[in-house]
Amino acid sequence: MIENEELAFKDSLIHKINPCIRILLAVLLSFWVALSTDFKFISGCFVLAFVFVFLASITPNDIFKRLKPLFVFLLMIWILLPLTFEGDMVFTVFSFDISRQGIEYCAMITIKSITIILFFMSFVATMTIGVMGHAMQKLNVPQKFVFLLLMTYRYIFVIGEEYQKLFRAAKIRGFVSKTNIHSYKTYAYLAGMLFVRASMRAKRVHQAMICRGFNGQFHTIDKFSLDKLSIIFFIIVLLFMTIYQWLIVKVLIF
Amino acid sequence: MVDKKNIIKLKNISFSYPDSYQKGPSLNGTDVKVLNDLSFELNANDKIGMIAPNGSGKTTLLHIIMGLCQPDCGVVELFGEKLTKEKEFALYRPKIGLMFQDSDDQLFNPYVIDDIAFGPLNLGFSQKEALIIAREILSDLGIEDLENSIVHKLSGGQKRLVALATVLAMKPEALLLDEPTAGLDMEVKTRIEGILKNLDIAFLVVAHDFNFLKSISSRIISMTEGKVLMDDQIHIHQHEHIHKYGHDPHTHV
Ligand SMILES: Nc1ncnc2c1ncn2[C@@H]1O[C@H](COP(=O)(O)OP(=O)(O)O)[C@@H](O)[C@H]1O
Ligand SMILES: [Mg+2]
Repeated sequence: MIENEELAFKDSLIHKINPCIRILLAVLLSFWVALSTDFKFISGCFVLAFVFVFLASITPNDIFKRLKPLFVFLLMIWILLPLTFEGDMVFTVFSFDISRQGIEYCAMITIKSITIILFFMSFVATMTIGVMGHAMQKLNVPQKFVFLLLMTYRYIFVIGEEYQKLFRAAKIRGFVSKTNIHSYKTYAYLAGMLFVRASMRAKRVHQAMICRGFNGQFHTIDKFSLDKLSIIFFIIVLLFMTIYQWLIVKVLIF
Repeated sequence: MVDKKNIIKLKNISFSYPDSYQKGPSLNGTDVKVLNDLSFELNANDKIGMIAPNGSGKTTLLHIIMGLCQPDCGVVELFGEKLTKEKEFALYRPKIGLMFQDSDDQLFNPYVIDDIAFGPLNLGFSQKEALIIAREILSDLGIEDLENSIVHKLSGGQKRLVALATVLAMKPEALLLDEPTAGLDMEVKTRIEGILKNLDIAFLVVAHDFNFLKSISSRIISMTEGKVLMDDQIHIHQHEHIHKYGHDPHTHV
């Protein structure tokens, strides 16, 4: 996923929105959906999430690829939950009682989780981890955490390359991975070497930072300005959600 | 010479790595001195090239100058001040730009522009000023199109140019470049050559390419057995190098 970040390099309305606003929206909307118990409201959000995905010009193919792991998890829930949930019996499978509440609960979890993932896909996966880090810094997420993220993003590829180099060196000399002690040992050495190299790298990176006047205080450039479009988008989305929820409550009451 | 301001002065420096890998049987268990009673000077306007085999201690020498390793004995002087403590070095480091051998060590930010602005921000420049300085350097080096690039997606040559930019953004009074051309193709090499020729600050450039060093520097030194050999001492060496390369097919810059 981090490998190519293909979603981040598209051009759409969502991509034009300020990253801080996008992160804020993703978190806010997700909580809103997660905490709601109203099936109609959640279904509405489900549709809304698809609108966002569409606005971010993410293709159905991309969506499906990213939802696959979730489906596995959901499948397990669908198998286990209805069997164990107490409630009105609907029908029986192999002498197991399937309850209506169980099915409803499953459906709720399914829709909620897909909705939340779609929110994050359209708002957050559409920026690179680097941009996300800077946006998080602006949102006052603790600096140490932000820089851990930024540095990981920067060096995970370097360390990955180093692993490839080591592994190639082993392969070139006829190493084939098998289930024997020699293979395990080789992997342990590779991991050990990788660790040694990573810590040596860390030392050099720190030295290079010191050489440029680093004294423990991280400074970065503020890149994102709060433009009109972002503010308007933020307000419209929140307004829409509020009115929609209010309408549903009204309709339910009358 | 009108301006003979002393920038770097090393006097009788000895250094060996505490956990020296080379403490081997062949060495009777004694520490290998990477630097052995070494003396060196860099004055304002000096353009020095250094050519020496791998493992002869060039990188170590540069790290000693920057105070990244402490010498076992000897004196390090920067801008006429004798320095020993980390705090003292921290004051003078920004005036000397060290470019690391591996650009991946130097560039730790995901984005090019952040990395170049990092130095100026540390020096206390405002966001706006840092951005202006960074853009200026980028356009000076002719890589303004890389401003918003993601560092891990750059080629080796691009990374090297960006690394040079991060160092120049500090507006140093001297440059130390550790193998700036290693593994680069002719085009980037020629570009770096052009950049260095147009610089009006003192530098010490370590490289394995004799022609490159010859074209950018006013004198070429070498290292052996932990000591610096001045140009008059390596005159014969230089000829050997030229001839050695002369036998192999090679391109001229
Ligand atoms: N961190 C280290 N720990 C132990 N020995 C080192 C370390 N770095 C370099 N050395 C040893 O010191 C010697 C000089 O290394 P270096 O200064 O990197 O040489 P050069 O840059 O000229 O190739 C080499 O023999 C090397 O093995
Ligand atoms: Mg070296």
